[in-house]
Amino acid sequence: MNLVEHLPALQVVLPLLSAPLAVLLRHGGIAFAVVTAGAWAAFATAIGLWLQVGEVGVISYHIGSWAPPWGIEYRVDRLASFVLLLVAGTAAIVLPWSRASIEREIPRELHYLYYAMFGLCLAGLLGITITGDAFNIFVFLEISSLATYVLIALGRDRRALTAAYRYLIMGTIGATFYVIGVGFLYLMTGTLNLVDMAERLRDVESSRPVLVALAFITVGVSLKLALFPLHQWLPNAYTYAPSAVTAFLAATATKVSVYVLIRFWFSVFGETLIFERLPLPEILLLLSLAAMFAASFIAIFQDNLKRLFAYSSVGQIGYITLGMSFDSVSGLTAAIVHLFNHGIAKAAIFLLIGGLVLGLAKPGGAPPAPTFDRLAGLARRMPLTCFGIVIAGLSLIGVPGTAGFISKWYLILAAMEAGQFWLVGAILLSSLLAIAYVWRFVEVAYFRPAPEAAGRQEASLGLLLPAWLLVIATLWFGLDTSFSVGSAAEAARFLVKVGG
Amino acid sequence: MTALSLALAIPLLGAIGIALAGRRPNLREGVTLATAGLLFATVLRLLDPVLAGERPQLTLFEILPGLSIAFRIEPLGMLFGLVASGLWIVNSVYSIGYMRGNDEQHQTRFYVCFALSLAAALAIAFAANLLTLFLFYEALTLLTYPLVTHAGSDKARAGGRTYLAILMGTSILFLLPAVIYVWHVAGTTDFTAGGILPAGMDSGTLTLLLALFMFGIGKAALMPFHRWLPAAMVAPTPVSALLHAVAVVKAGVFSVVKVIVYVFGLDQLAGATDWLVAISGFTIVAASVVALNADNLKRRLAYSTVSQLSYVILAAAILAPLSIIGAALHIAAHAFGKITLFFAAGAIYTAAHKTEVSQLDGIGRRMPWTMVAFGIGALSMIGLPPAAGFISKWYLISGAMSQEAWAVVVVMLLSTLLSAAYFLPVLWRAFFRPLSAEAQQHCHGEAPLPMLLALTCTAAGTLALFFFPDAPLALARQLLPTP
Repeated sequence: MNLVEHLPALQVVLPLLSAPLAVLLRHGGIAFAVVTAGAWAAFATAIGLWLQVGEVGVISYHIGSWAPPWGIEYRVDRLASFVLLLVAGTAAIVLPWSRASIEREIPRELHYLYYAMFGLCLAGLLGITITGDAFNIFVFLEISSLATYVLIALGRDRRALTAAYRYLIMGTIGATFYVIGVGFLYLMTGTLNLVDMAERLRDVESSRPVLVALAFITVGVSLKLALFPLHQWLPNAYTYAPSAVTAFLAATATKVSVYVLIRFWFSVFGETLIFERLPLPEILLLLSLAAMFAASFIAIFQDNLKRLFAYSSVGQIGYITLGMSFDSVSGLTAAIVHLFNHGIAKAAIFLLIGGLVLGLAKPGGAPPAPTFDRLAGLARRMPLTCFGIVIAGLSLIGVPGTAGFISKWYLILAAMEAGQFWLVGAILLSSLLAIAYVWRFVEVAYFRPAPEAAGRQEASLGLLLPAWLLVIATLWFGLDTSFSVGSAAEAARFLVKVGG
Repeated sequence: MTALSLALAIPLLGAIGIALAGRRPNLREGVTLATAGLLFATVLRLLDPVLAGERPQLTLFEILPGLSIAFRIEPLGMLFGLVASGLWIVNSVYSIGYMRGNDEQHQTRFYVCFALSLAAALAIAFAANLLTLFLFYEALTLLTYPLVTHAGSDKARAGGRTYLAILMGTSILFLLPAVIYVWHVAGTTDFTAGGILPAGMDSGTLTLLLALFMFGIGKAALMPFHRWLPAAMVAPTPVSALLHAVAVVKAGVFSVVKVIVYVFGLDQLAGATDWLVAISGFTIVAASVVALNADNLKRRLAYSTVSQLSYVILAAAILAPLSIIGAALHIAAHAFGKITLFFAAGAIYTAAHKTEVSQLDGIGRRMPWTMVAFGIGALSMIGLPPAAGFISKWYLISGAMSQEAWAVVVVMLLSTLLSAAYFLPVLWRAFFRPLSAEAQQHCHGEAPLPMLLALTCTAAGTLALFFFPDAPLALARQLLPTP
C-alpha cells in the first residue's frame, strides 16, 4: 500500500479516529496526547496534499475504490488544499495551547470529552473541505456542528449554554436548508458528485427547482458562515466558549463555510448563473458592506474584549464575501487570501486573550470575563501578551507589513478593476472603524492605570509560544506572500476560469 | 555588505543593543551615540558616489507579484538621509541631557523607539517605490506613537489619539488608494525620473490623484490635516525636535516632492497644481497667524513648522526647476533652524521650567547661549541672511518669479513678515524686558551642558549651511533632468 496515494483519506480518518479513542481511554492526559497526535498528523497530511496538488493539479480519490459519480469522491484542488492547511494548522497550534487553558476552564472529569469533541470537530471541518460529494458535505457539516455545540457549551459561564443552544437552533436551520437544497439538486441532476452535478446542471440551469436549491444552499451556508444579518449566533458563541474553542472556531469554522459557498457558487452553479442572471452579487455586496460597517461599529462599543473581537469577525467576514461578489480573479484572490490572513490573526488574538484571562484569574479560580475595567494597565503586567494582541490587531486594520494589508490591497485592486471607486472609499472607511476598536484596547491596556500595583506576571511559555507563532505568521504573510497569495491567486484563477 | 544595507541595518541593530543595555544607562546612551555616529558615517560614505551619479540599489524581497521591498538612493533621499542621520547625533547628545535633567521614566523604551523611528525614516528616504515608501511611512507613524505618548498622562493619550487618528486616517483613506491606483494604471510603483503615469490621463483624474497623495501624506501637515502636529507637542522635547521638526515632518514633505517629481513628473502636472498652490499658500499664511497668537512656545514652534512645511509643498507645486531646488534645500535648511529652536525651548523648560512665551521676560540674561541660538534659528525661519533659510527662500522666490506666479511671491513676502512678527517678540522679551519678580526669586543658569552643546552645534550648522551650501545644492540640482 502506498501511503502517499491514500493521503486524502488519511486527512479525515486520522483525526476522526482520535475522537473515539479519546472517549474510550477516558483520561484527560492521554486523550490530549491522542487528539493532538491526530491533529499533527492531519497537519502533516495537509502539507503533503498541498505539495502533491502542486505537482499533479487536482487529486481525485475514490473512497473504497468506488468510481464517482456512484462512490464518494475526495477531491483536492488548490483551494481545498489551502483551506485544509489553514484548518489543520490552526488545530495543530491551538491544541497544545489549550491544555493549560482548559485545566482552569473545564472540570477535570470532562477533559477527555473536550478533546474528543475537538477531534470530531476537526475531522468534520476537514471532511467538508476535502469531499467532492454534496451529501457527504452535509454529513461532515453535522459532525463538526454537533461537536461545536458541545465545545461551546463547555464554557464556564452559564450563558455558554444558551449561546450553544442558540447556535444549535441556527446551525440546524442552516444545515437543514443546505440539505433541502441538495435534495432539489439531486432531483434535477440525479447525482450528488459535485463535478458531475456541475456538468449536468448546464442543461437545467434556469429551471425553478435549481433556483430554489441555490436559494436554500446559499442561505443555509450563509447562516453557518455568519453573513450579516445571519450572524446572531456568533458573538455569544465566541464570547462564552472556552478560549481555545473560540480561537479554533474563529480561524476555521466560518472559513470552511465560506469555502463551501465559494465551491457551490463558482464550481457547481457556475458564474453565468450567479453573476449574470441573478442579482446575487448585488445582494452579497450590500450585505458585506452592512457587515463591514455595522458589525465593526458595534464592536467599538463592546465592553468584553472577546465579544469585541467576535463582532470584528463578523465585520471581517464582510471583506471576504465582498471579495467574492466581484466575480474577478483579484476579487476572489482577496476573498481567499483574507480567509487565511484573517484566520491566523483572529486565532492569535483569541489565544492571547485566553492567556490574558488566565492571568487575570485568582490563583486556583476560574478565569473571569475580559471586560475593559479588568484590563486597565495590563500591558505592564503582561507586556508580551498585550503587544501580540496589538500586532494582530494591526493586521485587522490592514497596516502594511501585516497580512491584513495584503488582503486589503487585492480587495481595493478588485474594486478599482471593476470601476467601483465608491467601494474603494467604503472599504477604507470601514478599516478606520477597526483602528477605533483596536485602539480602545491599546488605550485601556497601556494608558489606564492598573487598579492595584502588580509586578510583571506574564502568561506561561506554553501559552505564549503558540500564540506568538501565529502573531509572527501574520507578520510573515504580510511580507512574504508567495505562499498565501500564490495559493489564493492560483485557486482564484482556476475557479473563475472554470465557470467563465 | 553594501553601505546602503548597512545604513538600514545599523539603527535596527542599535535598537537591539539599546534594549539589551537597558539596565545600565551609561552603556545604553553609549550605544545610542555610537549607533548614531556610525550611521552618519555610513550615510556620508554614500554621498560621494551619489554625487558622482551612482544610484546604489538594494532589493529585499517580493511582497506581491511584481512589487518588491526595494531601496535606491537618489539625490533627494540622500539629502534627507544625511540631514536625519546627522541631526540624530546632536539630538542624542541633547536627549541625554534632557531625559536625565527631567528624570523621565521609561528611558530605554524611549531610546529604542527613537532608533527604530530613525530606521524607518532612512527607509523612507531610500525607498525605491511607492509600496516601500508606504510601508515605512506607516511604520514611522506607529513607532513614533509611543514617543508622543511617552508621559502616559491623559493629555498624552489625547494627543496620541489625535496624532494617530489624523496620520493613519489620512494615509489609509487617501494615500493607500492613491498608491494602489498608480499600480492599477501604471503597472509599476518604482520612482522614475520624469514620472511613471501613462501619458494622456485626463486632468480630472490627475487632479484627484494628486489630491489623494497630497492630503494622504498627512505628515506634510497640509491644512486641514495639520492638527496632529501641535497635538504631538505633548511629547518630550527631543522628540519634538528631531521627529516633529526633522524626521517625521520631513518624511512627509520629502514624500510630497518625491511623488511630484518621480511619480507624476513635472511635465505631466503642468496646469493641474493651481489648487495645490492655493492651499499650501493658505496653509503658510493661516498657520503663521495661529502661531502669532500661540502663547505656548512649543505650540508656536509647531505652527511655524506647519507653515514652513507648506513652503516645500508650495515650491514643489510651482513646478519650476528653481523652486524644486528650493524645496530640496528647504528640507535641509528648515531642519537645522527648527531643531535649534526646539532645543532652545527644551533647554528653557529644563533650566527654568517655563513653557509660555509670556513667561520669558529677561530670560536672555540668564541663558544667553540658548537665546542667541534661538535667535539664529529664528533668523533662518524668517529667511534672513546669514542663516540657511535665506538660500532656500531665494530659490523659491526665484522659481515663483520665473513662472510669473506673483501671488506666490506675495505669499512668501507676507509670511516673511508674519514669521518676523511671531519670532522677534520672543527675542525682544528675552533680551530687553526686565525679569519678572517671580523669576528673580528662582535662580537658574543655562541648561545642562549636553543640551547646550547640542543647540550650539545646530545653530552653527544653520549658519554654516548659509556659507557652504555646496553639497545640498549639488544634490538638489541633480533632481532635475540635465539639460
